[in-house]
Amino acid sequence: MINQPHALQITALKKTFDSPAVDNLSLTVHRGEIYALLGPNGAGKTTTLRMVAGLLAPDAGNISVCGIDALANAATAKSVTAWVPDEPLVYDKLSPLEYLEFVAGLWGMEEAEAGRRANDLLDWLGLSDNAHERCQGFSKGMRQKVALAGALIHDPDLIILDEPLTGLDAGSGRLVKAVLREHVDRGVTVIMTTHILDVAERMADRIGVIAHGRLIAEGTLADLRARTASTLTSETGIEASLEDVFLELVAGEDLAA
Amino acid sequence: MIGPTTLLWFARHEFTLAWRDWKSMMTAGKAQRERVAGVIVAVFVLGLHILAYGVLVGPLSGEIGADKSTLMTLTGAAALAFALMLSQALESITRAFYSRSDLDLILSSPASATRLFTVRIGAIVLSTASLSVLLAAPFVNMAIYLDGWRWFAIYPAVAALAAIATALSLAATVAMFRTIGARHTRLAAQIVAAVVGAGFLIGTQVIGILYYGSYSRLALFNTEAVVASAPNETSMFWLTARAFMGEPTALMALSAFGLAVITAAVVAFAGGFGALVIEAAGISESRWRNIGCKRAFRVPSPRRALRIKEWQLLARDPWLVSQSLMQVLYLIPPAVLLWQKFGGSASAVIILAPVLVMAIGQLAGGLAWLAISGEDAPDLVASAPLPPRAIIRAKIEAVLLIIVVIVGPLVLMMALVNLWAATMTALGVAIASASAVAIQLWFQSESKRSNFRRRQTASKASTFAEAFSSILWAGTAALAAAGSWFAVLFGGAAIFVLMIAKVISPRAAYQ
Repeated sequence: MINQPHALQITALKKTFDSPAVDNLSLTVHRGEIYALLGPNGAGKTTTLRMVAGLLAPDAGNISVCGIDALANAATAKSVTAWVPDEPLVYDKLSPLEYLEFVAGLWGMEEAEAGRRANDLLDWLGLSDNAHERCQGFSKGMRQKVALAGALIHDPDLIILDEPLTGLDAGSGRLVKAVLREHVDRGVTVIMTTHILDVAERMADRIGVIAHGRLIAEGTLADLRARTASTLTSETGIEASLEDVFLELVAGEDLAA
Repeated sequence: MIGPTTLLWFARHEFTLAWRDWKSMMTAGKAQRERVAGVIVAVFVLGLHILAYGVLVGPLSGEIGADKSTLMTLTGAAALAFALMLSQALESITRAFYSRSDLDLILSSPASATRLFTVRIGAIVLSTASLSVLLAAPFVNMAIYLDGWRWFAIYPAVAALAAIATALSLAATVAMFRTIGARHTRLAAQIVAAVVGAGFLIGTQVIGILYYGSYSRLALFNTEAVVASAPNETSMFWLTARAFMGEPTALMALSAFGLAVITAAVVAFAGGFGALVIEAAGISESRWRNIGCKRAFRVPSPRRALRIKEWQLLARDPWLVSQSLMQVLYLIPPAVLLWQKFGGSASAVIILAPVLVMAIGQLAGGLAWLAISGEDAPDLVASAPLPPRAIIRAKIEAVLLIIVVIVGPLVLMMALVNLWAATMTALGVAIASASAVAIQLWFQSESKRSNFRRRQTASKASTFAEAFSSILWAGTAALAAAGSWFAVLFGGAAIFVLMIAKVISPRAAYQ
């Protein structure tokens, strides 16, 4: 599975609730890149990522995680995947260390390796002093860091983050970005959704824009600029930001819809 | 036209929300469910009326006078109901103070918090009275049918008792706020509510068993010694009993007292409501450092990790422990009876079978809800590389092991007195627990553990199914322990209830 060039390959994915949430979506994320999935509220970003993480069953389509058919072999795909939701869900009555013991247990990790990684992560994320305190009095930022430590302890190949920086202060945000970049440099793949377009602009290697459950644009920031350059540069005379590009793409899609 | 932020305006707002909540709980927003829920409620109400008729037809066949024995029995019943009302009102008032929901919006507006609190106190009186009225209604209605309209007086009398219970609970909660502070009041009030609710019932039952050899909760009030030591018939002590019996003066006095007390409580405390809510909102959760934190990092197997997590979360939450222990407290009377009859008559312990099965069935339901629906990190657990079945299995194991630890010693003691009854009880406990777990699986939802107390209002259908199933399996175990073939009938009815529960349950969301 390590030789697979793609960390994630989604083909013709569909999910309908009352109306189509994800509509024939196909996208590919390469190994060792940060991929930002952008879209307006209700575009289908979280639904897509929840299906990839095995938290939601698609109506149709295929999902391949590091070459593993995630629908046919869900447990195997989950063993190389980490999911961090926008709301850090940790147990109030467990300490960060106990939380990591629990996660290491769920992922069937070897004890010595898990212990070493737990200490490294707590240290790295600035949680060592709180390692034995129960999470019940923690701020949202601290809880987010505990959740991130839980996602990283089993050394996943694919990390999926839904709005990872929401609610974090500047220092914590920078720390989380540094941790993610370090993992990507080691070959780990990160997929994230975010409404903070500056974050996507600075961090993402490639960007996918979805609207109405469909992928409407994909590529590097330069690729996306190129798609909209004719209108934006003539109006402003300066290089378009991701925010300009995003709004242009989404507005075009809304008109088409 | 009702003006904005007036008492009536708030009352209409609260009523609309409560009605929509109740309707969606009963029907899950589907018209078909509405009909099914209506049929189930109708069958349930009819069944209770038939039961009440069977209970009352004998006692009410003769003339019922206001003698000391009757007055004592009615006073005892009123005292038991009052204890439950007090417990429920304490719980509701605590929730009114600590629940955030719409309070941030309303308190940040220029609307009067006093008016809102007045309406919410009124709603608590209504909901407290409703529960007692619902439980008593079949008996009251049958008493009216068999003995005349005077028994209708129980309805307003119960409402007056609910008003007094709410006023007392309000005063107690405010007193706790002022003495032990907002940080500790919630837990203290909830523990007091649990103890008041269960303690009085259990206390009267234990005294009945120890001194009068009867398992009935009202036995204590019927004994010669208690009746003889009670005041004479003209005493004010019998005001509630006389109001229950429809004496106009007593009913008016009790109603007036209830109205006066609740009005005084609202006038005294409603003005400070906003300040107390703001105080409650201002508390931050205290940091808690684990003892023995120098131990080595341990990684259990996936299933063991899930079991340990469930036990740790339960053991570290005093509020959840108190709520669960409330159900275990009901095992004290049977334990006392077992201890008293140990070495005596083997047939006497048969009475324990239904009590144990009922109590453990309810406990298993609560624990299963915590493990299955009350998962605080559902995404983490669901994204782990484990088949959903393995996750559920581990959580059920965690629940069943707790049940075995609690009920095991009692069943073993029972086996030494009556092996057959013990075997039937053990089977009954196992089946009732399995049924409670199955119901929780069919009705599972994503919820925070802190919503444990509200689980019964969140899904009325699963609450009814759980209660019916426990009652019917308790009956099955009792009849089987007594060697009666009627056990088959009760067992069949229990299976029927489970089938209905499965049919009306929402689709499992854990796949």
